[in-house]
Amino acid sequence: MVKDQEFLEKKASYCLGLAKKLGATESSVIVNNSVSETVNFRNKKLDESNRSDDLGISITTYIGKKKSSISSSNLLDDNLKILIEKCVETTKNTPEDEFNSLPDKDLLAKEVKDLDLYDDTHIENDQKIDYLKKLESAASNDKKIVNTESSFTQNKSNFILANSEGFCAGYKTSSFTASSVTVAKDEKSMERDYEYSSKCFLKDLDDAGELGKQAADQTIRKLSPKKIGSEKIGIIFDKRIAKGILSTFASAISSSAISRGTSFLKDKVNQKIFSDKINVLDKPDILKGLGSRNFDSEGVKTDTLKLVDQGILKHYLIDTYNGKKLNLKSNGRCGGTSNLYFENGNISFKDLLNSKSKSLYITETIGHGSNIVTGDYSVGATGFLVENGEFKYPINEITIAGNFKDMFKNITLANDLEFKYSTNSPTMMIEGMVVAGK
Amino acid sequence: MSNFFEKSDLSRSEAENIISDTLQKCDDGELYLENSKSESILLDDNKIKNSSYNSDLGFGFRAISDEVVAYSHSNEISKNSLKQSSENLKSTLKSVKGTYNHEIPKSNKKYYENINPIEQKSLNEKIKILNEVNNYLRSKDDNIKQVTANFLGEQKSVEIIRSGGETLTDVRPLIRFNVSVMLEKNGRKETGVYGVGGRQSYDSYLKDDNWKSVCDEALRIASVNLESKPAPAGEMKVVLGPGWPAILIHEAVGHGLEGDFNRKKTSAFHNLMGQKVASEGVTIVDDGTIDNRRGSLTIDDEGTPTEKTVLIENGILKNFMQDRLNARLMKTKSTGSGRRENYRHIVLPRMRNTMMLSGNQTQDDMIKAVDKGIFAVSFGGGQVDITSGKFVFNCTEAYEIVNGKIGSPIKGATLIGDGPSILKEVSMVGNDMMMDPGIGTCGKAGQGVPVGVAQPSILINKMTVGGTKL
Repeated sequence: MVKDQEFLEKKASYCLGLAKKLGATESSVIVNNSVSETVNFRNKKLDESNRSDDLGISITTYIGKKKSSISSSNLLDDNLKILIEKCVETTKNTPEDEFNSLPDKDLLAKEVKDLDLYDDTHIENDQKIDYLKKLESAASNDKKIVNTESSFTQNKSNFILANSEGFCAGYKTSSFTASSVTVAKDEKSMERDYEYSSKCFLKDLDDAGELGKQAADQTIRKLSPKKIGSEKIGIIFDKRIAKGILSTFASAISSSAISRGTSFLKDKVNQKIFSDKINVLDKPDILKGLGSRNFDSEGVKTDTLKLVDQGILKHYLIDTYNGKKLNLKSNGRCGGTSNLYFENGNISFKDLLNSKSKSLYITETIGHGSNIVTGDYSVGATGFLVENGEFKYPINEITIAGNFKDMFKNITLANDLEFKYSTNSPTMMIEGMVVAGK
Repeated sequence: MSNFFEKSDLSRSEAENIISDTLQKCDDGELYLENSKSESILLDDNKIKNSSYNSDLGFGFRAISDEVVAYSHSNEISKNSLKQSSENLKSTLKSVKGTYNHEIPKSNKKYYENINPIEQKSLNEKIKILNEVNNYLRSKDDNIKQVTANFLGEQKSVEIIRSGGETLTDVRPLIRFNVSVMLEKNGRKETGVYGVGGRQSYDSYLKDDNWKSVCDEALRIASVNLESKPAPAGEMKVVLGPGWPAILIHEAVGHGLEGDFNRKKTSAFHNLMGQKVASEGVTIVDDGTIDNRRGSLTIDDEGTPTEKTVLIENGILKNFMQDRLNARLMKTKSTGSGRRENYRHIVLPRMRNTMMLSGNQTQDDMIKAVDKGIFAVSFGGGQVDITSGKFVFNCTEAYEIVNGKIGSPIKGATLIGDGPSILKEVSMVGNDMMMDPGIGTCGKAGQGVPVGVAQPSILINKMTVGGTKL
């Protein structure tokens, strides 16, 4: 069982009290507990069971404008005492930074809404096993599938965030996650692909059979890939890759990258960075949303932000420290975005595929090829050649490259947005990128 | 050495009894206890941005029956908590009838000293060096717009208790010092990053103002990139410099030679044992026994002493890297490659220091042998799809080669290749093998572990370069 609010609050107030007694002028503390139970299957047999019970505490102490922090998984009071003593001592010896402070009191969240983020249902390992049996049986229907691995995880978490200004709040969240990874083989090649579903509530989880079948279908269609020549070509990003481009956008507008001057989007607020039709929202109050929250990791309330309105950048993602540095107020984005998404475009998925006589449909990228300082992008990719709206054949061992500054202006979105992750995008087409192959 | 039972209501002998009782009919398993202390001190934007300290304590209890692994971990080292874990393991492995394998090799060799690097240098001294780094770099070049430097230090104590009470221990120091600079000139920004580290005290790496050479190298890379032009796109010859570019070896063949993927037959290499997978002259080893290196370990996370494992010898595939589970199921021996990020994670076969050994050619001869291609000197990171065998790595410093001569620097680009065939495209192996500076972290199944790489200069006949210039 995940620890209750009372236990976490008791630890938090012990720490705040002790920090004050030892000379901290301000302090904040996060206490969390997360209990996960996972069952893994491989080739229709039980492969692994894993139970984790994680406790954690992190404390930040201030003495005027000096700051230091500690974290630990050992919550015994005498250990916490040693650590807080060390933290206060380190704070004294750390140079001042004029921008260090707790959030402004008037920005702190006043109420904690019930966003429907916790499902009390407990799924026993035997029930997980039943789900995975059904999943793997669907996944291994086709003879080309030579290996299946699948997993089911139940997670229950609870946390308390408290600070010396009197803020003290937290709530329970849950998640149920199932995934299927399949390997397919033919004479020429061996390929791997996956499908996955994660929900706050058990009853919302995808059907096991559907999930397994989807993973298998997506793997089999990758068999016997070809390599194509190098050229400039329109690229269509599957939703699971398109969301990554949105995440890169989010890191480039984080106030820390902006205040340090290490983002290609610095000084671009109120400027056009996407085409007219593009809107980007970050909406923290979606019921059962995977990224939903009442306040950020400093306790600042989070409201919905329209980050991009008709192609124009409207906001950075601002926390307290970098906000003070940039002379802006925190908008509750310490720790990043909540439910971030591109609004739907106005053409269907089918019309997007059809919009060029020839394009590439990308289903997977590998490598860490996004540079937010320069905006340069270059990654390895796998996908399909699309001609006249139809998938012709699978492609691999290519790279795709461009610069986000140009890429953002050439985005066309389909109207097939769904909320599968915390960051979501409809299927996306970007024109003018370069493919390197043969 | 940590005494894990000192402040607990659980005594060592009670723990041993629970372990033996839980594992009696299992094939393998152990209680893994870990206590780690780590610090991070960061200078950024002219200020000490962060000074933090972490102390992490917990256990992971593992029981294995045939192919099935049951695992349970917790932060609370107590009678209740261990008993609950034991119940969890027993409920997964309902009807076990194996025989516990008590055999574990022994060695007295140690590859690093029992020190706590965090305690060996005061906070004030560390802050002083970071400020000196900032001043030194900013006074060197007016185009410097950002300097980030940080110290990361760690001491990890582990204790492994096996069924029957056999106990194995290790204390592992690890440090890293990194510098990153950003230059801006005529509206263009570029960064350069460099770092050093390993399993010794900070001073072993920083004495005699050694930190200046780390700064100089980061600045040099950023300056080169400021002059870079768009990288070419397409297949061409690639010369890799010595040292850190061995990420190629790590991604292209290293992961594909880990035991788990080969037991499950999901690696592109699983049916190639004893076959030719690389050009003649290519020998690759994975070595956990080099003194003080980042990827070295006295014992792995199952208690097996590490070794130098020959993976590919003169082009022929010789061995996979194994932990105890995969070794048993593949009827071979553990190579001391069983590792985990920490007590929260299960053991997997992992790399340590992966090295391609020297041949007898020179880098000059390689450059001269290329009409059109690129010379890649430094990399950011890489990734591999072990099933299709396709891998990538990202250049952070590279030049074009035109008619046997090094030309202009080119922008960072991704290089992509095919693991099982790339080493057959190696046509020249240099005589200049070098270790990386001690900064690598390898990710697998969500677990990061410190690793090392090494290689001499090599010439690859054909790779796809992911630039934008057609």
